[in-house]
Amino acid sequence: MPQMTMVQAITDALRVSLREDPRVVVLGEDVGKNGGVFRVTEGLQAEFGADRVADTPLAENGIIGGAIGMAMYGMRPVAEIQFVDFIYPAFDQIVSELAKLRWRSANQYSCPVVVRAPYGGGIRGGLYHSQSPEAYFCHTPGLQVVIPSTPADAKGLLLSAMTGEDPVIFLEPKRLYRSIKEDVPEGRYTTPIGKARTARAGEQLTVLAYGAMVPVSVEAADMAAERGWSVEVLDLRTLLPLDTEAVLESVRRTGRAVIVHEAPRTCGYGAELSATIAEHALTALQAPVLRVTGWDTPFPYTLEHTYLPDAKRVFAAIEHVMNF
Amino acid sequence: MIDETLRQVLDDEGRVTGTAPEIPDADLRALHRHMLKMRTLDQRMLSLQRQGRIGFYGLATGQEAAITGSAYPLRATDWIFPALRETGVSLWRGTTVQELVCQLIGNAGDVLIGRQMPMHFSDRKVNSVAWSSVIGTQLVHAMGAAWAAKIQKKDDVMVGYIGDGGTSSSDFHAALNFAAVKQAPVVFFCQNNQWAISVPLSEQTVSSSIAIKAAAYGMRGVRVDGNDLLAVIAVMREAVERARSGGGPTFVEALTFRMGGHSSSDDPTRYRDPELVKTWEKRDPVARFGAYLRGKGLLTDADVETWTAEIGEEISQAVTAAEAMPAPALETIFTDVYAKMPAQLETQMKYALALGAGTKFDGAFPL
Repeated sequence: MPQMTMVQAITDALRVSLREDPRVVVLGEDVGKNGGVFRVTEGLQAEFGADRVADTPLAENGIIGGAIGMAMYGMRPVAEIQFVDFIYPAFDQIVSELAKLRWRSANQYSCPVVVRAPYGGGIRGGLYHSQSPEAYFCHTPGLQVVIPSTPADAKGLLLSAMTGEDPVIFLEPKRLYRSIKEDVPEGRYTTPIGKARTARAGEQLTVLAYGAMVPVSVEAADMAAERGWSVEVLDLRTLLPLDTEAVLESVRRTGRAVIVHEAPRTCGYGAELSATIAEHALTALQAPVLRVTGWDTPFPYTLEHTYLPDAKRVFAAIEHVMNF
Repeated sequence: MIDETLRQVLDDEGRVTGTAPEIPDADLRALHRHMLKMRTLDQRMLSLQRQGRIGFYGLATGQEAAITGSAYPLRATDWIFPALRETGVSLWRGTTVQELVCQLIGNAGDVLIGRQMPMHFSDRKVNSVAWSSVIGTQLVHAMGAAWAAKIQKKDDVMVGYIGDGGTSSSDFHAALNFAAVKQAPVVFFCQNNQWAISVPLSEQTVSSSIAIKAAAYGMRGVRVDGNDLLAVIAVMREAVERARSGGGPTFVEALTFRMGGHSSSDDPTRYRDPELVKTWEKRDPVARFGAYLRGKGLLTDADVETWTAEIGEEISQAVTAAEAMPAPALETIFTDVYAKMPAQLETQMKYALALGAGTKFDGAFPL
């Protein structure tokens, strides 16, 4: 089995789809000859031509709106937004159009578009190349929001997204693009949307994390193990729809929960997780649910490392909960 | 590439001053009947709205020629991406009055099962795409679908409709630019009725015309008298044929006038001089085309009388039938959010249905 980085695994998923399905088209800024600024689409235009791997003018609303029209007409577009920080000009197209077309047309039309975008910090990208806006999209019925944390999941989840019937916001933790290499199966396989994954098994506390915060949480769990605490890390993989069953099963079993995300705290995804646990598993809890998150500030450049949750901060929360 | 001259075939009295497009006599009569149908529908539906029997209505009065003329040259396989005032395009393509009235009421018989407010119509059987109320968004979809048709080597043409106000939106810019760059088979049809609710065209743009905006995109732009049915057909036919044969997109500005308010909720006397409306009454598109047909011996007073009676009866029957239909079922709120309902939504639906059935919940909250 070949070893791949997340970038290579995503490229592979796109290549498999472009080969198998003539309806698949990849579009975005610089995705053609240049292969994307992160090289995710490298070599694809040479193999599949400029019609199917298409550079677009620089307008995110044009990219997403165009992809919606293509999907309505029967194609399977995968739109790349160069950095998710640039997605806001297309926010209306995503929230008002992409998410609502099936419902507002009473199922006469649908637009199964996959919107791929690198998200998150850790690459010294500053305010506009580091954000984590997943909560905005999770507040929008009609969308699915998927965030992988490993190369194999990235490929399997993307292939699921590209064969599904509804739009997917597919956020790629750019910090993990090349930092992990692992075995990735060749050819087509799918990882189901809506199913969480146990990244590390444990018995006394559940850390709920996704994307780049998964390895950080696993590191913190390892630190906890040295203190004799058995910590489970649940990689959510899909935020919308949430695998509520997996979250509740784990938290009911461990009786403790810590939630980790790099997005700001207030109304972040952690609030939804915390509320879900409070509604359904209150009596199982032995301690308050804590959130380890980015601060409620814009994303800093020089002091990025103080903004992003790291293993130490996650461990501090674990310690607090265990000692409660 | 840009022609700012206002293309006309008929003068205000219906006399031929330009080159009339070739249209069979039977079609000429059908086109007139269709405009009469639109006019009658406007009168009847506005009256229903005033009686509180429908919630909202958007008049197309004064714009019947632009709407009908833009629809006539299209094939059934072409797609339309309409906005508020283009329901007449769907009707021309095969949507029934009954379907329209059910949508205005939002009942169980509505194609959209009461999900959208009145006039936000969509009908897949005539390739009329569901639109949102956010202005300009549909143009990018028309461009995308056209681009897809080109990639798939199909010869369908997309029409994206917009008003004068919508030409200020960011989606207008993206749609026109992408369409020109990709040479997509799309026609952007702008009904310049000179008012975006209360804001006149002069506050919307200081360009010498709207058509000239196409020049910035390297796209063909034309201007037509939107109250001249034959001129609209001629211009639209050229644009559609050009798109279909691989000649790329065209922007059409149809100059017309919104005779009524923006919608049934709007009072235009707050911001518009009634004298201006009077000058446009003299340029009525239905009367103008009617005069042309009479001159050719293709229309009589008896025709108009018969058609008006037939249309009136069709509307009356549709209203009676629609008002007898129930509201959509409660679960229709929850279906179609996704192709397959996620577990969370199913739980919410069951709860809503139980509440609707009057189930009392004691003790544990059922969610």
